[in-house]
Amino acid sequence: MTLPLSLGPVRPVPLSAINPVAQLGAIAVVLPVLLVSGDLLTPLVVLAAEVCLLPAAGLTTPRTVLARTWPLLLGAAGVAWVNVLFGDAGWASGVALAVRVLALALPGVLLVASTDPVRLADALTLHWRVPTRFAFGTLAALRLVPLLAAEWQTIRLARRARGVEPGRNPVAQGRLFAGTAFALLVAAVRRGTRLAAAMDARGFDSGIARTNARGSVLRRRDAAYLAGAVAVCAAALALSVATGTWEPVFS
Amino acid sequence: MRLTGWGFRYPSRHAWAARDVDLRVDPGERVLLTGPSGAGKSTLLHALAGLLGPDEGEQTGEITVDGRAPAEARARTGVVFQDPDAQLVMTRAGDDVAFGLENAGVRPERIWPAVESVLAEVGFPYGRDRATAALSGGQKQRLVLAGALAPRPGLLLLDEPTAQLDPDGAVLVREAVARATGARDTTLLVVDHDAEAWLPLVDRVVELRPEGGAVEHGPGWRPAPLRLPVRTPRPAGAVLLRAEAAGYTHRGAEQPALAATDVAVPAGRTLAVTGPNGTGKSTLALLLAGLRPPTTGRIAAAPALTAGLRRPDRPPHRWRADELVRRIGTVFQHPEHQFLTGRVRDELALGPLRSGAGDDAAHRRAEELMERLGLAALAEANPFTLSGGQQRRLSVATALATDPAVLVLDEPTFGQDRDTWGELVALLAEQQRDGRALVLVTHDAAVVRALADDELALQPTPVPA
Amino acid sequence: MAEQAVRPSSSGSAAQPGSRRWRTVDIVVTAVLGVAFGVVFWAWGLLWAALDAPFSAFPPAQAVMYGVWLLPAVLAPLIVRKAGAGLFAELVAGIVSALLGSAWGTLTIVYGLLQGAAGELGYAAFGYRRYGWPQALLSALCAGLMAAVLDLVNYYPDWTAGWKTSYVALVALSTMVIAGAGAMALTRSLAASGALSAFASGRTRA
Repeated sequence: MTLPLSLGPVRPVPLSAINPVAQLGAIAVVLPVLLVSGDLLTPLVVLAAEVCLLPAAGLTTPRTVLARTWPLLLGAAGVAWVNVLFGDAGWASGVALAVRVLALALPGVLLVASTDPVRLADALTLHWRVPTRFAFGTLAALRLVPLLAAEWQTIRLARRARGVEPGRNPVAQGRLFAGTAFALLVAAVRRGTRLAAAMDARGFDSGIARTNARGSVLRRRDAAYLAGAVAVCAAALALSVATGTWEPVFS
Repeated sequence: MRLTGWGFRYPSRHAWAARDVDLRVDPGERVLLTGPSGAGKSTLLHALAGLLGPDEGEQTGEITVDGRAPAEARARTGVVFQDPDAQLVMTRAGDDVAFGLENAGVRPERIWPAVESVLAEVGFPYGRDRATAALSGGQKQRLVLAGALAPRPGLLLLDEPTAQLDPDGAVLVREAVARATGARDTTLLVVDHDAEAWLPLVDRVVELRPEGGAVEHGPGWRPAPLRLPVRTPRPAGAVLLRAEAAGYTHRGAEQPALAATDVAVPAGRTLAVTGPNGTGKSTLALLLAGLRPPTTGRIAAAPALTAGLRRPDRPPHRWRADELVRRIGTVFQHPEHQFLTGRVRDELALGPLRSGAGDDAAHRRAEELMERLGLAALAEANPFTLSGGQQRRLSVATALATDPAVLVLDEPTFGQDRDTWGELVALLAEQQRDGRALVLVTHDAAVVRALADDELALQPTPVPA
Repeated sequence: MAEQAVRPSSSGSAAQPGSRRWRTVDIVVTAVLGVAFGVVFWAWGLLWAALDAPFSAFPPAQAVMYGVWLLPAVLAPLIVRKAGAGLFAELVAGIVSALLGSAWGTLTIVYGLLQGAAGELGYAAFGYRRYGWPQALLSALCAGLMAAVLDLVNYYPDWTAGWKTSYVALVALSTMVIAGAGAMALTRSLAASGALSAFASGRTRA
């Protein structure tokens, strides 16, 4: 089981040419449209458009797509299954909900697959005026995740070396899990504290207006990308209203 | 840089971390700061770096850098701490070096030339786009040094910069420091437990005393020699554990983490496993300790070790944990990974309790160990709050609590000062006298000299073309 | 000269104790908590999806598992004691779990924002001056109610009034126990381990 999130530098893919804030803008356009649409057709059209973008995000083979989306697919399948079994609207409503879940989540997958977290922080601080200390502080925290994943393994082995092993008892397994998670939290807070000291030693807290060496430019294609998102949503809504299938969620 | 009667106290402690320190360092001087653990070396460095505000504790006396309070002179100060992973902020090498320049508000077009030149200065062999996660410890620390030097500090502070590196990595860092401070336009203050290695690089040596104050050592000063235990080599006892062509490959990896290895672990002797990083020393320790199954070959335990097991035919990694701890004890590189309770006393009783000893017997064992290892005064303390040396002693003690016949230790002397080093080596020599088999994974040549009967030097696997 | 040298300067980490200004360590540790709980959320979401079936006899009962979603909103302010810490941590956790691939997609970001904001009320009601049991429980209750209301509007508009009431009550109970009491217990254990020495929360009992 691997985390479908890469935290190192991301290999540039065609979609990386789109500024992260334009991608976030597109998410902000798609989100409310999907939230209010309770039918199958609207999310299906949006989902189709998103799937067309997968190759541009470097997800060209079924394997790479699956590696990034398996938790999503699992969740969508769960949502569909529960609603088919227990909903009163039957399988149609279940499938519509599952498609909606996928359509809501895929823009995030596209963003992660094509965007270096550093570029995202650059774009957010330069274009959306997100406070630099919070943006880069979060970025630094994000870098600790792979280190903590390696530490998780070590802590589990160290517990066996102390004679602690849950066997098949689920209560003991739960306790071991909680104990390991707590040890990891302690390690995370300690590392975070040391990292903060190192950042301050490098003038992060100096109060001087921070410059950005990489920069982040918005080009015409970013506007086009955003316009594309609006167009897809408009088309989806128009199509489902025209065919009479559209129904709002709050009815 | 100047300190007069300076002292500092953390709010959670009663004792002063440092006190009555008088020190004056002139521009361009290179000074080594020594002293035992707990003498306040790191505290002094943090204060000079301007990282100890009133939030952090109580200060006395006077401390100035360039005639100003350290926090105000921070733009003129560069710092390198121990753990490179807790200092790198960015995922790409160049971005990380640029971080400090961005903080100083340097104009973007002037940043990249500065980054390139400082990377060349410290001898960083890769390009700006190199992922920091893929670097060795020594190269990471070179990068941290480059980041500290990029804003051209007048004062460079190094806080145990090589303590977490293997000997090759430490050499890389010292070379980089020598190169970067060669022009003498930077004042250097370095704290390191390995004083000897820095002597050729510094002009002065100052020792901080735990009771307060600082002493200047004259030229030609050498650190006191390491205290080595007296040992009488013993004939090899019965072989307890044997690796037979045992190797390990991580799932999905192409190269094995450990190439097929044969080695025997006899009772009453100490085996040192040495070799450069990446040859699988720690992996071999995990295999011998019964914590990971080998992916090729096998680990065989002798009948002397398997006696009493419910399933003596099984290899160590399939033993139940409570059976394992009575036969093979393991001490990890970072003690805090092994601590499970909130009190030293409970920590020592845990192993015996887990392996079926009664409550009374377990606590008697804990008392006895605390007495023997000088931990009795700390019985009620939280293990996480102990000093590095105390934590190390406790982690060895927890492994001994279940009286295992084999003791596997990963880098036991890592980052320890001379006193703790001496204590630890004496403790381990005592274990060997008691007839235990010891497996030491180590980079520390002195510990190999002091303890090892046999040495297994792992070689890097040749990379196929 | 001596006074000059030790006097706290306006720059750097020399903020007044108890000051409302965020130090770098406050920012980074809050973000670390957010990131860590983002990973927890992601795993908890998978568990939640897997447990849909056993809870299907009475779906509102699944709300007993709810408290975990609101833990960072209550925990972060207890540790760093800064206004907005709960919002920041819960938002980061929501973003990270969405990016990892949550079954609820980018919606978790909206949830994170609103739950975090609601959790702040528990501390804001006391002027961000007190950080103890009443504040933690009130914060958990506010965040839990917000989450329950969001769920009813978004996912379960068709439920009967009885189910809705039980759902809200169970979510409130679960968040008070897991997020409220759980956050207090976690803060104490963290403080005892010495990991919070950089914070006022780690010093009061040390």
